[in-house]
Amino acid sequence: MKKILLLLICFFGLSAQAQDKGSMLIKNGTVLTVTKGTLPETDVLIKDGKIAQIAKNISAPQGVKVIDAKGLFVMPGIIDPHSHIALDAINEMTSPVTAEVAESDVVNPLQINIYHALAGGVTTIHALHGSANAIGGQCVTLKLRYGTFSLDAMRMEGAPRTIKFALGENPTRVHGGGSNIVPRTRMGVEFVIRKSFSDAKKYREDWDAYNKSKLVKGFRGAPPAYNLRLETLAEILKGNILIHCHSYRADEIMMLLNVCKDFGIKKITFQHANEGFKVAPELAAYGAMASVFSDWWAYKFEVYYSSAYNAAILTKNGVVTSVNSDDPEMMRHLYLEAGKTQKYGALTDEEALALITINPAKQMGIDTRTGSLEVGKDGDVVIFKNHPLSIYGVPQFTIVDGIVRFDKANDPADMRLWADPKQNLEEATFYEKGTDHCMDGTEFLFTSDKK
Amino acid sequence: MKTNQLIYGLITAVFCALVFHLDAQNPKGKYGTFALTNATVETVTKGTITNGTVIITQGKITAVGSGIPVPAGAEVIDCKGLFVYPGMIDGGTNLGLSEIGSDPRTQDFNEIGEMIPQMSALTAVNPNAVAIPITRVSGVTTVLAAPQGDLFAGTAALINLHGYTPEQMYAGFQGAVLNFPNTGRRGFFDRRTDEEIKKGAENAQKRMSEIWDRAVQYSKIDSATQGKAGYYPEMQALLPVVRGERPLLIEANAAKDIQAALKWVKEKKIKNVVLTGVTEGWRVADDIAKAKIPVIVGGVLNLPSRDYDRYDQAYANAGQLFKAGVKVAISSGETNNQNYRNLPYHAGFAVAYGMDKAEALKAITIVPAEIFGVADKTGSIEPGKDANLFVCDGDPFEPKTQIKQVFINGWQIPLVSRQTQLYDEFLKREPGVSKK
Repeated sequence: MKKILLLLICFFGLSAQAQDKGSMLIKNGTVLTVTKGTLPETDVLIKDGKIAQIAKNISAPQGVKVIDAKGLFVMPGIIDPHSHIALDAINEMTSPVTAEVAESDVVNPLQINIYHALAGGVTTIHALHGSANAIGGQCVTLKLRYGTFSLDAMRMEGAPRTIKFALGENPTRVHGGGSNIVPRTRMGVEFVIRKSFSDAKKYREDWDAYNKSKLVKGFRGAPPAYNLRLETLAEILKGNILIHCHSYRADEIMMLLNVCKDFGIKKITFQHANEGFKVAPELAAYGAMASVFSDWWAYKFEVYYSSAYNAAILTKNGVVTSVNSDDPEMMRHLYLEAGKTQKYGALTDEEALALITINPAKQMGIDTRTGSLEVGKDGDVVIFKNHPLSIYGVPQFTIVDGIVRFDKANDPADMRLWADPKQNLEEATFYEKGTDHCMDGTEFLFTSDKK
Repeated sequence: MKTNQLIYGLITAVFCALVFHLDAQNPKGKYGTFALTNATVETVTKGTITNGTVIITQGKITAVGSGIPVPAGAEVIDCKGLFVYPGMIDGGTNLGLSEIGSDPRTQDFNEIGEMIPQMSALTAVNPNAVAIPITRVSGVTTVLAAPQGDLFAGTAALINLHGYTPEQMYAGFQGAVLNFPNTGRRGFFDRRTDEEIKKGAENAQKRMSEIWDRAVQYSKIDSATQGKAGYYPEMQALLPVVRGERPLLIEANAAKDIQAALKWVKEKKIKNVVLTGVTEGWRVADDIAKAKIPVIVGGVLNLPSRDYDRYDQAYANAGQLFKAGVKVAISSGETNNQNYRNLPYHAGFAVAYGMDKAEALKAITIVPAEIFGVADKTGSIEPGKDANLFVCDGDPFEPKTQIKQVFINGWQIPLVSRQTQLYDEFLKREPGVSKK
């Protein structure tokens, strides 16, 4: 039975992939390009999934769908740089270092949360490994092509590889507290990361030496043992995998910044970084980036000294900053979360919108493809009734690669792609909000933790 | 001699003020007579007054209107271009009862026992909780501090977010919390089978009914013996509830549970009931309306409770309940991260997804005041009411709107919290990257 299902999924997957890019003309909207200003009464033409033209009075090519956006706001698709939706597993918490595992292996295109996110204007997400390990698994960048049954069709083709690191309470609680192995403290976390990088460096050198001597005639040595974990870590050292590090406190952020400096790693984004504002000058000087909550705090001790002004302080100090959700509910209104930075720190419209578009795109290394409305970029667009930074902003259409994936007026209520025939339809789930989801899959360790 | 004393006194006072200013966690509030002039006053109950004045004297609102004289000695606050609103009321928090979400040692909302209405939230509210200033500077002046836990989890108290003792903070309402036996799941980690959930709820319902019947019995004995029924603290705590003098706040979220609660209330003839949470209230809105039971919707910014429901169903819940004729208050439901300051955004989302704007404003001001029986004291801008209000520069539901003044019980609250202090310290940090 399972095999038949798998075959079916493969079949649908392939057929869905074939029609992944569309064309359309969005007429007369107020176009918030994010990088090139706001254009009143302007048209956006998408051809075969790419933005082909942004101008007034574009006439519709034959057969191209037209959306009348008069009185509406057209902005780039929202990007969530920290999410755990569309994944079947979050934490491989069996070791403090698990660089060898990859979320791209467990993408689940059928989750209803994907549609919920689209309805909140999100078109691209960074689906992260959890934060149980000092060095966690590799993450995956997804386009929310909801409707496909194919894992491959969900992945954003060509997006750089990324990996999750984690500092502070989570890795120390899981490994030191849960399994009585290093790290139990922030000292241990630093050591685990330094040791891993040092091992990876040695591994790379051994391979380089082997590859070099292999060329010498008559060489008879054996190659070093292949190790996927070290292989992955070595790619980080080379700059081929971007680090996204779960972190909260200023001291731990400084620690990893120093480690990166010592190992020549340039590209790093601190995720959450609730105390990022305390070391904003250091982050800016290094070129490190930060992806933060708008206002979440107090859910654990290491976020007790947070400030809702974090994003504004970071931005004004020159740090490339994004606002993320880490939560399937908050993910649906990242535009509200961005709007809060106008209350907490008076960011301009453009600065606030950049937090959920071009800046996360930079952090994920996809800013040449998405994050703003510019000719040549992907046709990822969301059309709002009312300004997206207003509380009354409501997404009407969400478009991915030129295909409408959310249509408020015409979508049926039930948008599931998959229904469990044994599902108890009377059953309701009440979602507990306000906690970070980076620890999903480890809760069995802490059942005695609760009062 | 007298002048000398006066001068010394003054010097000491100034010195103390300076020292306190440096050391205190928060600067002090100010009490007296204030005139908020040239404001657009959203009274909530008596319409909008343009170019209006609000006079605050000794803790009370003493006059509201246009062309009102400013009393001698009043501090005049020019509110040209600004708006005056009644303080927002969050009818479902654990503010003051929890400091840090993951640390049980800092949590006082969840006592042990399924029959503990004598556990009083008011006694455990920490007036100096860091979240209190963080909440009030956003215009939320009053909250229900509520216990959580098993069936009869304790007694909640309405508190104003200024004061240094429970007495100073108490806002005149207490209600017993009942967590109605829940058949819903609590999230992805809830791995109970359907059967386990059903059995669990059935057993809990049985125990709940037994407890209530005993309380009714106790009330009768208490009446018959003129209060000499003996020391049964949990029964004594339920006396005013059994007699309808104090509301029973029943938390129910699944449609089935709400219906069961309505049935149970009817069966037991419980007079004074408020439903809280009501996430799936919209499914049974007519039943709630018919029972004439008011509700406090526990948060608008939620996911749909069933995967086949429309994506915006949680946003639309409050508006749909109102349309069905239910009396609706909105609370934030942001207990895990102490973000009660987001209350206006919950109301704003209800508006974006169908609720009338004026009704959504009432749902976080006068309606909760009515539900808690304190509408004579708070919830609107009217003469004679406690001066719980805020001044802002725009629509309070809009995230870009800035709060300019907050008054609680007539105290002018400094717009300072630990989060604003961190902003002031770190926006332009000194030293920057260099050592100097």
